[in-house]
Amino acid sequence: MRDTLTIAMREFSVYFTSPIAYIVLAIFALIFGYFFTAGLAFFMDYSMQAQGSPGAPPMNVNQFVIEPSLGNMSIVLLFLVPMITMRLFAEENRSGTIELLLTSPLHDYQIILGKWLGALMLYGCMLLVAVVNLSVLFLYTTPEWKPLLVALLGLALMGATMIALGTFLSTLTRNQIVAGALTFGVLLLLWVLNWVSSFETSTIGRLCEYLAISPHFEQFSRGVIELKDLVYYLSGTALGLFLSKRSLESLRWKA
Amino acid sequence: MIRVEGVTKRYGPTTAVDNISFEVERGEIVGFLGPNGAGKTTTMRILTGFLPPTRGAASVAGFDVATQPIEAKSRIGYLPESPPLYPEMSVIDYLRFVASIKHIPRKEIPKRIDAVLERTSTTDVRDKLLGKLSKGYRQRIGLAQALIHAPEVLIFDEPTSGLDPKQIIEVRELIRSLAGEHTILLSTHILPEVASTCGRVIIINEGRIEASDSLDNLTARLEGATALLLDVEGPPDEVRRALELDLAVRSVAEESRLGDRTALRVEVDKDDRVARRLAAVVVNSGWGLYGMRSLGMSLEDIFLQLTSQEEQANGGEGPAAGQGSDGGAPAADTAEGQEGDDR
Repeated sequence: MRDTLTIAMREFSVYFTSPIAYIVLAIFALIFGYFFTAGLAFFMDYSMQAQGSPGAPPMNVNQFVIEPSLGNMSIVLLFLVPMITMRLFAEENRSGTIELLLTSPLHDYQIILGKWLGALMLYGCMLLVAVVNLSVLFLYTTPEWKPLLVALLGLALMGATMIALGTFLSTLTRNQIVAGALTFGVLLLLWVLNWVSSFETSTIGRLCEYLAISPHFEQFSRGVIELKDLVYYLSGTALGLFLSKRSLESLRWKA
Repeated sequence: MIRVEGVTKRYGPTTAVDNISFEVERGEIVGFLGPNGAGKTTTMRILTGFLPPTRGAASVAGFDVATQPIEAKSRIGYLPESPPLYPEMSVIDYLRFVASIKHIPRKEIPKRIDAVLERTSTTDVRDKLLGKLSKGYRQRIGLAQALIHAPEVLIFDEPTSGLDPKQIIEVRELIRSLAGEHTILLSTHILPEVASTCGRVIIINEGRIEASDSLDNLTARLEGATALLLDVEGPPDEVRRALELDLAVRSVAEESRLGDRTALRVEVDKDDRVARRLAAVVVNSGWGLYGMRSLGMSLEDIFLQLTSQEEQANGGEGPAAGQGSDGGAPAADTAEGQEGDDR
């Protein structure tokens, strides 16, 4: 455990000694701020109109501001996760520092978990930016906080899955660009997979729907935890980490 | 301390290491000598648990590297060919990180860091970023990293490569100072390095061990061969021909020429009377003999002899093709190494 944390802390601090953390956080703050402001403006506009027409359905901050702005986050993740994960192993493979880790008294899983956790911590900082934005709402109105927490949990789980997959893809190469491009490609594919289900209703269509990464977040963003979504993200994370371990082992055979 | 038994490593069709076995006793400094591409790095990577062998077993301090990797690895300090440094970290942060993953108790870490910084004389750069350090400092931080957990066994892969002569001397002195408390296996293709630091030499070529012995024994093993240096005044070609007539003479090579005087290196079979006969040949021919002294067989000669014998024996086999370029490398590096040895 201590070893895993040591590696995680190193990864996390490297993000901040390099420009990566600042760039990723700045992009995220900007785009989330945009979504949030736009959602809020829409909400205020709409509620003005609603005031004038009695009998209109009641307005809800959760539904009109929080849900869409967090829902849109998965697109942003598509771009930011590869930036976070591409260097994890590719950089070590290139500079040869992987030799230090693999000849130290560590288990492979400690190395992988540590790196994944380090990336996840940076991702946690991104979520913190979102929380700071959203907390403004609590000053002026009374959103329900339970669905908000569930949505954040869903976002965290989705990020964990994406980062696990990115970690795996980073073990495959010594070139960061290759790792980043692969990660982006795979995440994009998982993102668009459910588009098929709109016209393809066979088993394949349903399978694609299930495998796609974003539909599983929809229920979370509404504040609903569904077992199948939970299972999807947890098993996706486990798969990514397992493949990383396998890949790290094969690195030793190939090297 | 280190035991390698029948280790073979194949990468696809190429065999990097072919059934090698050797042992290193506690406290020994052993030089692992061979041309580039001989299998030194592969062997070291197998010993450190970075690579698994295709066949055979390696153990360090009594722990099998394959089945008890954690125990074995915690007893090894390893400096790979290029020091594994994270350029964006400061020296002190890096050593703290390494100390932690090598399982040094938290409260001992500052003490250990101070100790290795002092040992490698790098205290003055402790707060610098690794990426900004000069080659010599990087190498020394690499050594500090290997020493930090006071391991029983140290494995250094070409610890002096790429350093300038002064740095080479410093690193060698550092390695010598580690003798006794640690068991050291270091690889090099620079011959004087072995002579100046190691008690025993293992010569490896094309993945096979050619010789494993103490320096003295190795020199003695090539019994029968010795060399004489003659300083002769006379027509060089004629002198040479005259000397070559003697049955004990294996070869005559011109070392240098100054006016009429030529320094000749004569390789001869061990024979009590050969010096006497050669002197007689020169004097009787009316040439001047300004000097004659015997030269021991240098490590370089041994190395070349052992590795080139192998080359000849291998003849037309496939791997020999790549050898031409490999063969040239040690000679060039030797020159560089000797430069460093001049004090």
